[in-house]
Amino acid sequence: MKVDRRSFLSFVIGGAAGTALSPLPWKLIDDSSIWSQMWPWTPVPPDGEVVYEDSTCSLCPGGCGISVRKVDNRAVKIEGKKGHPVNDGGICILGLSGLQLLYGPTRIKTPMKRIGERGEGKWRKISWDEATVILTEKLTDIRNRGEAHTVAAIAESDSGTVPALLQRFMTAYGSPNFIRTSSQVDADELAVKTLFGATGRAGFDLENADYVLSFGAGLVDGWGSPVRMFRAGSLWKEKNVAVVQVEPRLSNSAAKATRWVPINPGTEADLALGIAAVLVSQNMVDTGGVSGFGSWKSDLLSNYPTQKVSQTTGVAADVIVDLAKGFAKADRPLALCGRGKGLVAGSLRETAAVYALNALAGNINRTGGMWAVPESDYIQWPKAATDKLASAGLRQPRIDGAGAGRYADSRYLPNRLADGVNGEGPYPLQVLLVAGANPCHDLPDSKNVRAAFARIPFIVSFSSFNDETSAMADLLLPDHVYLERYEDVPVGAGLARQVIGLSRPVVSAQFNTRHLGETVIAAARAMGGSIADAFPWPDYETCLEETLGEKWDTLMETGVWVENDIDPVADTVRLAGMDAPAIQAEGDVDRFPLLLVPYDSIRISGGTIGDPPFMIKTVADTVIKGKDGFVEVNPQTASAAGLTEGDMATLSTPRGEVRVRIHLFEGIKPGVAAMARGLGHTAYDGYLAEKGVNVNELIGPVEDPSSGHDAAWGIRAKLAKA
Amino acid sequence: MKHEQQHNPPMKYGMAIDLDKCTGCGACMVACMSENNIPFREDESDKLVSISWMSVFKLTNGKAFPDTEICYLPRPCQHCEGHGGHSPCVSVCPATATDYSAETGIVSQIYTRCFGCRYCMGACPYHARYFNWWDPVWPEGMEKYLSPNVSPRMRGVVEKCSFCFHRYQLAKNKAYLNDERTVPEAAYQTACTQACPAGAIVFGDLNNPAHQVHQIVKPDPRKGNKSRNPRAFRLLERLGTNPKVYYLSSREWVRRAGDNYLAHEKTGQVSNVHH
Repeated sequence: MKVDRRSFLSFVIGGAAGTALSPLPWKLIDDSSIWSQMWPWTPVPPDGEVVYEDSTCSLCPGGCGISVRKVDNRAVKIEGKKGHPVNDGGICILGLSGLQLLYGPTRIKTPMKRIGERGEGKWRKISWDEATVILTEKLTDIRNRGEAHTVAAIAESDSGTVPALLQRFMTAYGSPNFIRTSSQVDADELAVKTLFGATGRAGFDLENADYVLSFGAGLVDGWGSPVRMFRAGSLWKEKNVAVVQVEPRLSNSAAKATRWVPINPGTEADLALGIAAVLVSQNMVDTGGVSGFGSWKSDLLSNYPTQKVSQTTGVAADVIVDLAKGFAKADRPLALCGRGKGLVAGSLRETAAVYALNALAGNINRTGGMWAVPESDYIQWPKAATDKLASAGLRQPRIDGAGAGRYADSRYLPNRLADGVNGEGPYPLQVLLVAGANPCHDLPDSKNVRAAFARIPFIVSFSSFNDETSAMADLLLPDHVYLERYEDVPVGAGLARQVIGLSRPVVSAQFNTRHLGETVIAAARAMGGSIADAFPWPDYETCLEETLGEKWDTLMETGVWVENDIDPVADTVRLAGMDAPAIQAEGDVDRFPLLLVPYDSIRISGGTIGDPPFMIKTVADTVIKGKDGFVEVNPQTASAAGLTEGDMATLSTPRGEVRVRIHLFEGIKPGVAAMARGLGHTAYDGYLAEKGVNVNELIGPVEDPSSGHDAAWGIRAKLAKA
Repeated sequence: MKHEQQHNPPMKYGMAIDLDKCTGCGACMVACMSENNIPFREDESDKLVSISWMSVFKLTNGKAFPDTEICYLPRPCQHCEGHGGHSPCVSVCPATATDYSAETGIVSQIYTRCFGCRYCMGACPYHARYFNWWDPVWPEGMEKYLSPNVSPRMRGVVEKCSFCFHRYQLAKNKAYLNDERTVPEAAYQTACTQACPAGAIVFGDLNNPAHQVHQIVKPDPRKGNKSRNPRAFRLLERLGTNPKVYYLSSREWVRRAGDNYLAHEKTGQVSNVHH
């Protein structure tokens, strides 16, 4: 039979039509969907013996006790530890997501050495021995040239044995450049030193307060020890405690407060001093516990008349008087500060003014009051002996200028690190060690920070994760994550008692990582001489056990050590530190008519840890949509710029320009724009990277004239249709 | 006397969520995700397809600055009883993949029975049900944290909050081993209740006067289980879905946001329920 074109087409079309009319295609589609559902790519989690192991979470400074559910050797769930003095069973969203960090693909799995260009992401895996050799040869070489001071270390904390070991290493090595990342702790320590004349921190007996006046502190947005704050918030509701939130934006804390007082951004100190002036002028103060009241009083009354304060702050005069009366009438009123989560140091003037309110209410070192808590002192190591090279290095000024000259009152100035490296410092930096910090994302003015990092010839990252800073590093020496390691976790975070938690390995190390304490001890031993002598411990665990002494048994047994009986550093408050001028936002009012302020959300990790996938999943579609970030503005502000909900806009500040979407929010002062902090990552993985905008690209540091700490609360900005 | 087999009285597990305490922190959402092996994708910003058994909604009073107020409302499955177990979703499921338990009052979801017609999603007035448009994929290594108590779902099925039913089963087994006739209140708590750092969620048996949730809600069986607590309300209460999740708020606008009231209707007013 001859197949011509016609019969061929008839056959094909007829066949197709016939098949389509038969049940076959439908059956096949149905079957294939059923078959593919049966394919084994949906995991079946293996069963096993269930045990709970307790530890301490150190993802934020909160210090919560956790209880980890394990099935055989797998950790499957993190829960809050019942009966723990900090969180008593509660847990926050970040703590709950911890296993995504432990098992996540953003872990750095082995020590690595850079082989490509910086930031290119080309690495060669090396052994720990090789890593130690690379590090110690580099450091020894620099030290032998008499340049030990050109090595700096930046860490998230300076309390606890691990940061202390790193600090000790720097001292024995001969560098004055140990830097702690910036936070409200800086201003708090300085305010306690200024007001009480001694070293310590402020602790707040929030649970027993009966009136709470918060100057922007994100009481339920992650301030202090977050879970403790949530619990306190519920307690206040039950006891009908008045909570006043002073803030330009209706944050969650403002929404939960009994009263929200919108204020012009950056004028919180003026309001605090204005309230103080009302208290003083109406004779509603308790001056028993304060000194220097006479001279301070006359300055206060002349500088902060209610009308003037009302004009500065945008808070009506009768509201100011009302707040003062409420504060004075309460038995145990507490004033708090530290914007949002307290991630920026803030100014001494503001912190001192707010703490002074507590002093004027006579609410110092008593139940329901503010306590001057001494620093924990359980680390009692003999002073590290320094050889000639080390002593010479230690005599050099710090790269960030802290502790000398006009910065004499500060201990660390990470906000000045970039400028120091970029040529303003006394010498070029040769090596930077980064531990538990992510300065390339978290420091203000990211562009400047990246430029500074590009100038540092050798960067060592101890980070457990592929963050922005490890992407810039030359050597990666990954630390265990908190669920794999022993560590003491001293808790400050505004607690009115002393608490030390113990982190212990819940699972064995998942990858070829090493405890930072071990890495430091190993490096010191390899370098020999006085450096090795400063580290007499064979390993970190011995160091920890010896350091904790009698507390060790308690910690091993209960996981936490608590001292409720606080011996305050001082009882009298000297009224000082409030004369400096107000911190102004950078930028020209005419060119940049708006004020951009960052805001903190408990669902967006603002610190070193990047948001795990679970947390990002809870972020609203008015904060991130696809890859786009949003800026929140009042509808009035938006319509003035011809913008409406969801519009793409250009947001520019003196430091940078980004494209963002508009989210209209009635709960924000007209003229103010707000943007979530903690987004806009470039590193990590597809679940986090490139989502939203890093607000640090837009905001630069503003130095507090009293200390040099970063006191930037925002920046001037402009919005235009994109 | 005729011997009668003794049964436990039926339980009715339910929740009271105090919106005055809820801070919108989202811990309940993540507690649920990690307890129930809920998958996630690179982009979760399309909330129509983002699976979150517990979802926290943000309500506003609609007033302009500075009178604006916001309130967060966590929304698990409401475990509607309807009338005699006639929940909206159960009544439409052609596969009996979802059912109302007369023993516990929990609306179940059996993934292996579900064939993905999604009628239940259309029927649910609370958007509490989610469809798996894709197979779940965990990034390499992360499947290690999956819990064996809850099976991961495959593409093509509907899932929703189960009031952590696996926890009930475990608690029941434990009670049996301890020779207890009933599951103690503390022994069975959902993951969200346990995690909530503000203590805003109270969970228990609404039928048991000894349970805290009963004491808070004080349901009135003559009025379709409407709460006797003046702060309490349920979502879309007037639909007659008879949900077992109660909300508490001292703010009238929040209670009013729980239903579609006509301008002249009073908040909490139940006009004639039609069956």
